[in-house]
Amino acid sequence: MANSIGNSSAPPPGAAILDIQGLTKFFGGLRAVNDFSLTIHRGELIGLIGPNGAGKTTVFNLITGLYTPSSGDIRFLGQSIAGLEPFEITQRGIARTFQNIRLFPNLTVLDNVRIAYHFHAGYNLFDAILRNGKFGSQEKELTERAQDFLAIFKLERVQDELAVNLPYGEQRRVEIARALASNPRLLLLDEPAAGMNPNEILNLMELIGFIRERFDLTILLIEHQMRVVMGICERITVMDFGEVIARGTPNEIQNNERVIEAYLGKGVD
Amino acid sequence: MELGFLLGSVVKIVAVLGWLYGLLQVMAHASRWVKIIGIIAAFGVIQIAFTLKIGDQSILNDFDAGLLFQACTMAMVALGLNLIYGFNGQFSLGQWGFYGLGAYAAAYVTYKWANDRTSSALFVLLIGVILAGATILVLRRFLSRYYNVPVLSAFTLYLLGCVAAAAVAVVAGNAIASVIDPLFGAKDAPGLLSGDLALQIVFVLAVLCAGVFAAEVSFLFGLPVLSLGSDYFGIATLGFSIVINTLMVNSDTILPFPEMKGGRGMIGIPKLTTWFWVFIFLMLVIVVMRNLIHSSAGRAILSVREDETAAKAMGIDVASNKLLTFVIGSLFAGLGGGIYAHYIGFLSPGTFSFLAGFNPLIVVVFGGLGSMTGTLAASFGWMFFLEGLLRVLLGQMGTEAPTWRFVLYPIALLLLMLLRPQGLLGKTEWGFLRAPAVKPRAPASPPPDARATPAAAAPAAK
Repeated sequence: MANSIGNSSAPPPGAAILDIQGLTKFFGGLRAVNDFSLTIHRGELIGLIGPNGAGKTTVFNLITGLYTPSSGDIRFLGQSIAGLEPFEITQRGIARTFQNIRLFPNLTVLDNVRIAYHFHAGYNLFDAILRNGKFGSQEKELTERAQDFLAIFKLERVQDELAVNLPYGEQRRVEIARALASNPRLLLLDEPAAGMNPNEILNLMELIGFIRERFDLTILLIEHQMRVVMGICERITVMDFGEVIARGTPNEIQNNERVIEAYLGKGVD
Repeated sequence: MELGFLLGSVVKIVAVLGWLYGLLQVMAHASRWVKIIGIIAAFGVIQIAFTLKIGDQSILNDFDAGLLFQACTMAMVALGLNLIYGFNGQFSLGQWGFYGLGAYAAAYVTYKWANDRTSSALFVLLIGVILAGATILVLRRFLSRYYNVPVLSAFTLYLLGCVAAAAVAVVAGNAIASVIDPLFGAKDAPGLLSGDLALQIVFVLAVLCAGVFAAEVSFLFGLPVLSLGSDYFGIATLGFSIVINTLMVNSDTILPFPEMKGGRGMIGIPKLTTWFWVFIFLMLVIVVMRNLIHSSAGRAILSVREDETAAKAMGIDVASNKLLTFVIGSLFAGLGGGIYAHYIGFLSPGTFSFLAGFNPLIVVVFGGLGSMTGTLAASFGWMFFLEGLLRVLLGQMGTEAPTWRFVLYPIALLLLMLLRPQGLLGKTEWGFLRAPAVKPRAPASPPPDARATPAAAAPAAK
């Protein structure tokens, strides 16, 4: 079914990093996502768009394990991750940001980022309680790495601020920095440009391009700002009412009738 | 006399808070020697105040000692509760139950040792907590190999494992005791273990075992219950406190412990708690908690309070994290209970009624959720003010007047909530308890890869 929609562009290089087949999610009688399929190859930057309520964020929540799929399979690096706990999925290398920013509001910016190191902190509870050498060296190292991330995102000067006190744009950056600190292979960005002005959006697009190169990332992006999606995504998947209605390059999507129909409604003959 | 007492009490409250401040400051000192000497000095100052006599009475009398010891046990219990509620965000009313559990368990061991001259209770508890702990760890490793094990199945497995461990412990403990007792003796029986030193060791072992015992019970209880939301968890823990209290009241009828004497109260517990042990155990709790909070595990604990969904997305096993916090908090309560039992020498179920169970909660809220300093200061202040100052002052106004303090302090709490909802000290920490400052990385030498940062890395900054 998936192949019948849109014109698939030539398969990009790199192995499949994420392979979703026939993903379906029911909420009671509501079919939020229906037979969703998507393959992402290593190094790609894929856009996922669609009108409000199309099921994009549900797809994200299914991939990251916040929801359990009703049917279908999600394979990450060749292994099925459907039904795993969210923290296990993160530990396997999928990080995400949230549509409405979800920082740890009453913790400092530095601690927000350092939390992402918890599962690969390199020391355990007893090292921490005994304050042994292992704790000292590992804690120092992870703190420095977290500070590196803050420096990359120009946040080093606010490291001791509480996250809740930061302006919106900086909170977005903290969230991305935090996601990157968990050392992901695949990054899911849920509307990163929401609430940003045109200048900020421009900066964000450059930032996404930069981290993708710098950390060898594969990125899946939900976005409503067409500038962002059309500007940086190589391939785009369009959803409406929980189904994929089109796939293709930005150009193909812009001229796809079903997409225009989904966004603007059907024209009167 | 009244004025003198009032002044003396105020001086004592200020002094004990000053002592606490000094202790925490000196513990934060960079030099190891200053630290050690400072801690010994902090211990010694109070020890001397107990022993040094001016005229015919010591600077701190038995009444003050009682206040101080109770304040310290309250601090241990309340720190544990703050860990669970203030740092991890799980509203719990079960802390008092674990406190009682620890008190009774430790008291039973030393009671049997000192009065019945047998080591059976010690060995049963010791073997029991070790076996149950090992069982839990082994089962946990075993279960971690499987995905999506239902909580109740896991719970059943743990429960069966612990019951089996307890059964083995009862048999093995009694068997060992039947060999040890005639060979080495116990308190007052002729033999190697009859001395006071042995009794001290038994006491410390009993308190430690009681703490671990409370922690293991909290693991079994928390496993199914922590998966509930925070409010429901609060109700369930309240239920736990009531269950424990009911078991205490009926300990001689439905439980096989006639020595606990049910509702009449357990008497004859050797009074072994000295300032030395109170200080040691309080320091243990403070250091463990502080080291825990200012580590990766501590940040994970905080992140669960802040946003569970985001914590999960950061790779944190939220369920295990809550359980771990709950177990450590209960461990502190159990230790506090053991210390308390051997100070007071008499345990009555009334002490552990669920109404009294709100005391640590009040202390934690009063001091500030998520503030270790606040909890410590509030524990001392609460005990010295409420039990020390108010009780005596009101006592001089009439025999029934002290009851007024249960009207006065809820009003104080109410006012505090209205005027300072973050608690007396908010999130302020003193000295040792403060998070170690992290130096910003010198801008002169940016990390090698950060130099490649394009202008893009500064979005929205202009």
